Amino acid sequence: MSGIESINARRRPIVRLGVFLISHSLIVSVICCIAAILALLLLPVLAKSTYVSENALMPGSANTMLSNQEVSEADRLVKDVNALSLESVDAGINIAKLIARYMADLGAEVCYHKFRRQQNQFNPLHFFLSTDPVVVQRNISCSSFGVNTVGVIRAPRGDGKEAIVLVTPYNSSRIDAAEASSLGIGYSIFSLLSQVTWLAKDIIWLAADSRFGVYAPVASWLKDYHTPLFSGLGQVNAGVCHESNDLLKLKDAMVSDTNISKIFTRAGTMAAALVVKVVDRHNEADEDTLSIFAEASNGQMPNLDLINIVNYLAVHRQGLRVKVEKFWSLLDSKFLNFVGETVELLGKVAKSLNPNWRFGMPVAEYVEGTATLASSLFNQALGVPTGPHGAFRDYQVDAITLEISPKGSLKSMGQRIDFLMRGGRLVEAVVWSVNNLLEKFHQSFFLYLLTSPSKFVSVGIYMIAFALLIAPLPIVAASLCSDANRRDSSLSKEGSSQPHASADEPNPTLKSWRWLHAAKSVFVIHFWSSLVTLLPHFISKMPSGTSASSLLIWLSLCILSLFLLYTILGSPFSHITTSRPQEWAILKSVTVSAAFIGLCLMSVINFATAEIGALLIVPMCLIACPLKLDLQDWSFRALIRAASNLTLVLIAFPPATFYLLKGGIEGSDSVSVGNFWNWLETLWAWNSATYLYIGMVHLPCWVLCLNILLHPR
Amino acid sequence: MLLPRQTRLALFLLSNLFFIPIAFSLVEEQEQFTEELLLKPLPDRKVLSHFHFQSRAPPTASYGHHHRLFPKAIYHLVHKYRIREMELSFTQGRWNYERWGGFDPISSNNAKPPGVELWAVFDVPEHLVDAYWKNLTHTLSGLFCASINFLESSTTYAAPEWGFRPFTGSLRYGSLPREAVCTENLTPWLKLLPCRDKAGLSALLERPSIYKGFYHSQQLHLTSAEFKSAELDSGIILEQTLTVVLQPGTKRTGLAYFQPSWSISSIFGKQITGKCVLAKSSSVFLQIESDAVSELKNLWKENGMSVKSNEMSKNLWSNPYFELSIAPDRVREASSFNSDSSSIFYEFFIQKYSRSESFDLGLTWKSPFVWSCPKAPLHATRFLMGSGNERGSVAITLRTTELNWRLMDADISEETCKLRVDIFQMVPWYVKVYYHTLLVFVDEKPQALIDVVERMHVSPSEDKVSPGLMELALKLPCRLNSAALTIEFSKGFLHIDEYPPDANQGFDIPSAVISFPSFKTRLHFPNDDSVSYLPLLSKLQASTFVCMQERSPVLSYTEVLLVPLTTPDFSMPYNVITITCTVFALYFGSLLNVLRRRVGEEERILKKKAANKKTNRISILLSKFFAKLRGRPWEPPESPVSSLSSPKLLLKVIVVAAVAAGWQYYSSK
Repeated sequence: MSGIESINARRRPIVRLGVFLISHSLIVSVICCIAAILALLLLPVLAKSTYVSENALMPGSANTMLSNQEVSEADRLVKDVNALSLESVDAGINIAKLIARYMADLGAEVCYHKFRRQQNQFNPLHFFLSTDPVVVQRNISCSSFGVNTVGVIRAPRGDGKEAIVLVTPYNSSRIDAAEASSLGIGYSIFSLLSQVTWLAKDIIWLAADSRFGVYAPVASWLKDYHTPLFSGLGQVNAGVCHESNDLLKLKDAMVSDTNISKIFTRAGTMAAALVVKVVDRHNEADEDTLSIFAEASNGQMPNLDLINIVNYLAVHRQGLRVKVEKFWSLLDSKFLNFVGETVELLGKVAKSLNPNWRFGMPVAEYVEGTATLASSLFNQALGVPTGPHGAFRDYQVDAITLEISPKGSLKSMGQRIDFLMRGGRLVEAVVWSVNNLLEKFHQSFFLYLLTSPSKFVSVGIYMIAFALLIAPLPIVAASLCSDANRRDSSLSKEGSSQPHASADEPNPTLKSWRWLHAAKSVFVIHFWSSLVTLLPHFISKMPSGTSASSLLIWLSLCILSLFLLYTILGSPFSHITTSRPQEWAILKSVTVSAAFIGLCLMSVINFATAEIGALLIVPMCLIACPLKLDLQDWSFRALIRAASNLTLVLIAFPPATFYLLKGGIEGSDSVSVGNFWNWLETLWAWNSATYLYIGMVHLPCWVLCLNILLHPR
Repeated sequence: MLLPRQTRLALFLLSNLFFIPIAFSLVEEQEQFTEELLLKPLPDRKVLSHFHFQSRAPPTASYGHHHRLFPKAIYHLVHKYRIREMELSFTQGRWNYERWGGFDPISSNNAKPPGVELWAVFDVPEHLVDAYWKNLTHTLSGLFCASINFLESSTTYAAPEWGFRPFTGSLRYGSLPREAVCTENLTPWLKLLPCRDKAGLSALLERPSIYKGFYHSQQLHLTSAEFKSAELDSGIILEQTLTVVLQPGTKRTGLAYFQPSWSISSIFGKQITGKCVLAKSSSVFLQIESDAVSELKNLWKENGMSVKSNEMSKNLWSNPYFELSIAPDRVREASSFNSDSSSIFYEFFIQKYSRSESFDLGLTWKSPFVWSCPKAPLHATRFLMGSGNERGSVAITLRTTELNWRLMDADISEETCKLRVDIFQMVPWYVKVYYHTLLVFVDEKPQALIDVVERMHVSPSEDKVSPGLMELALKLPCRLNSAALTIEFSKGFLHIDEYPPDANQGFDIPSAVISFPSFKTRLHFPNDDSVSYLPLLSKLQASTFVCMQERSPVLSYTEVLLVPLTTPDFSMPYNVITITCTVFALYFGSLLNVLRRRVGEEERILKKKAANKKTNRISILLSKFFAKLRGRPWEPPESPVSSLSSPKLLLKVIVVAAVAAGWQYYSSK
């Protein structure tokens, strides 16, 4: 013992601290987990108010110039569009022609952009890349074409290096009054900007034909803008679609109107993009409201300054009520209300001690902030863009969607003009502000969560919770490993007294390599999980099948392949010998390390996914312990541990998690078996890294934990 | 042939015509200054005004060094840097080749890329050219209050061989796309004029009105034959041009096709009050483009009016479609290279006008009228492809315009007919172009380079030394619809001091120059010899007599491109410094610690201390905890000797806390 003591004495303090933490891993992990959850709950309190960080933006420094003349012209366009949509059922191409004519009359350069519906295919080899542009699908029907109308205003004195993009989506097959007025807003801005002299950046107005969804037209326009094809496209179009009615009409339109360019019109590098959408909610709200959507694919966000200027201008100049998405169901949560009351109480106490300490906040504000934060976190974690702005982020362009909903009906002329004026002035002021920008958007945050339109949590604060969550993982892994080794060595000491036991382990030096077996089984599971991740690609190719049947096929294939792998490569249970009772501990240690590595990697790709994933995985991994041990013990503590193990494993099973969340958020009636499959399909269709995370980090970790639970010793 | 009331003038001109051979030598010996202004309504409701001032100094050999009119600064410049030809342009805005024309001489010579463009041909041995260029940039930078001296660095200029101008030799070319152009550049330019902006046509140059326009290009062109290598000794010719595109009347009328009526005073806010007295000639031209003229003729035919081209051009200044407020002194017809009908120049002599009777030409449109301008054979656009910070490609697309092909030199019906297109492109070194990735598509079909490229000259960029240069002569089939060129590049890393001080917008790739050598821009004035006395018109005509060189080919510039480069985090050096200092501190701290520490002694002292400690619960717990941290088994204090240290400590802590609380309380008030 004196030898060990002297070794300890000679150790450096940092090593001693490490040893101390490892030896008290249980307390450390409990403290860390509780602290992490507390930190998460305190995030709305720690949120800071937003501020416009880039001075060059100068929002609201100029008076808006949008006048009644432009708005009444825009109203004429709205009326014309409405008349067209009443005239015929499928007014598609006529609306595009109408918009093009209006644009051309303003002196803008106009072109049509024809695109086809793109089947979002899961392409396992090009996961993070966009799909290969050379692949042309020939067997598509001719009706699956949409036509975008693109107008470009060249800045009179600008050098044309940069452009600002305005997008107004409309459904050409069934346009309603709200979409028509979003076209109206777009037109009023466009007609104003075609006359002004202060423009430094070109303006592109994209009237996106959203008959195949809002995202597809914008994404395909951006793809053609950035990676055009120079060969072969024309022939394919001509060869496939002779009979297409729309296309012929389009060609007629192109030929007849000389003002409309036959080639793709371009401007320079895009500085920012605004998607303007009008939604008629028929709500009881007494004000015009503006909802901001910002989440792009894989949790990427536009620069916070863009949201700041929109929020500033909407609130302080146009008097709109600004909202961001939130989970409404969380507003009634009793738990959150309780936490909010506690926070309020603490805040009051702190204020009574020192009036300068202002960290408390009212209950309602806290609950609302939490609901918004949860929605923000969830949307980022999902990795699916919340609107057409997501397409821009893939090309490093900052973009947001402004969804404006009017207080009154859009049917009456007076209210409509008033509404167009407000919406138009807001967009004009934002364009003016972005136009002032000499540099790229760089000054403000890119990694943040919103708790209200004017409050945010920056990365420096919200990563504390994640760091606290994953901190115990390596500690626990180390402690399990060292424990197992120590017990092993003590066992072998005992065993050395009995000569026949040593025959089992001929070479004592091999003992330190014991973890290799556990690592092999972990590797087998990970290998299986990557196979399973690729399986949906083949299942989706199968002709028949509802989503429920696909899900069942997938699950059965998973189980089948798991057992197949076990028989080929050996299961974790195959090497169990009585002399190694701590086998499960080693397995758990390796599992925990693998989970740690997976979470760290994921936090780089999509932080929100990693954070939510860590909330599920970390407790499950930390508690996991063979059920057999617990059941042998029959103590109260062991029983509780077994029960919590079982519930955690049940909750963390991906389909179960999904159904629970969905039931919790949307109510239990909406849940059906196929939902999970559909959800997975959307994930891979949007190239979301969350899918990879579920398949390659979460699922193997869950299976390994299950293995530990079912471990014979 | 001439109007009756101008007989006196015509006689004067005629006499001039007769005396040309005699007068010629006399005229050549004099310094000359002429001022001219060309106004042209553009199809998209704008007005082009093109000022043209020309100063001419006779050869030094026969005239000497002293000048009355010719600017001394320019004379020195030419002699000091031995300039054979030079052009400097300051441009704001973009020339719209689709709407303002791409075929006429003005668009080929005066449509320039945004920012500053400078090229010069020196009459010095090859090894001295770079040194002369560098000195020239500094001098010009001082002369015109612009940062032309940035062109001094060898990374910013190139030596094109044949792609930019057919006139080879010691040519250097450089451009600064980011240079902002303003009054401070115009004032020194005006100072070179003998009357500055105090009298004559230049008095029209009211700053707010000319900088309000859609395009503004101020240009200085020098041609000298002072040095021995020139064949013809004609002295120095300084041409100063200012090309402005203005929008008369900002209010939008209901009718989109109704041309706005304008007058000189409504565009410039001033009127012409006589000529610059030092000018030999001073005239204003109003040009009606050939397409507009033929359109007018068609309309007349439809309306059943008599059409005789001669008569029409005389009466054209007042017709049912438009009306000039002042009767022109002379009407000239110029047949253009690419069109059947001829464009019409109305000429006004300014010497008749004075301060009391000022010249204010107005054009009033009476009915809607639409025409189109002559376009270049192929419309060129250039753009960037790809996204991300690593790689990308530059694409140039050429698209055919509605051009009358009949007037091309070759016969179009033949299969072998080829259209030659020259492309000159200079790329900064941090955009590393892979020249082997050049792809050419004609009518959406990929082509083998050997089939389309007639001639090619590439000088790859060298990091931080020289820009990449590509000169390409393509021969494309005449009947093509579109052609495209793509070439890939990767983005380089800059040195830290090469970045702009703040986070930047991106870096520029200067415009490429696309020229069509098989097309020549010129107007031809048949049976009109007096044109040679009007520098502007003779420049448009581009006779070999004046310009000593070949007629200029049709030329167009592409867009400037913006390449976003990877911008490193500039706070990184700070972080590095911080972390390095931390590491050093840790290292030296622990080293010193190890060197001066005596472990045995310390343990003895610690034990003594522990022995002296009073045992109470807290201290036992604490010592247990610290022992754990130190990794030693806890030893209970041996002899409990009472001492006052603990209450003292407690007291101290309480006193400090009370002071702090009191401080907090009072300071918050």
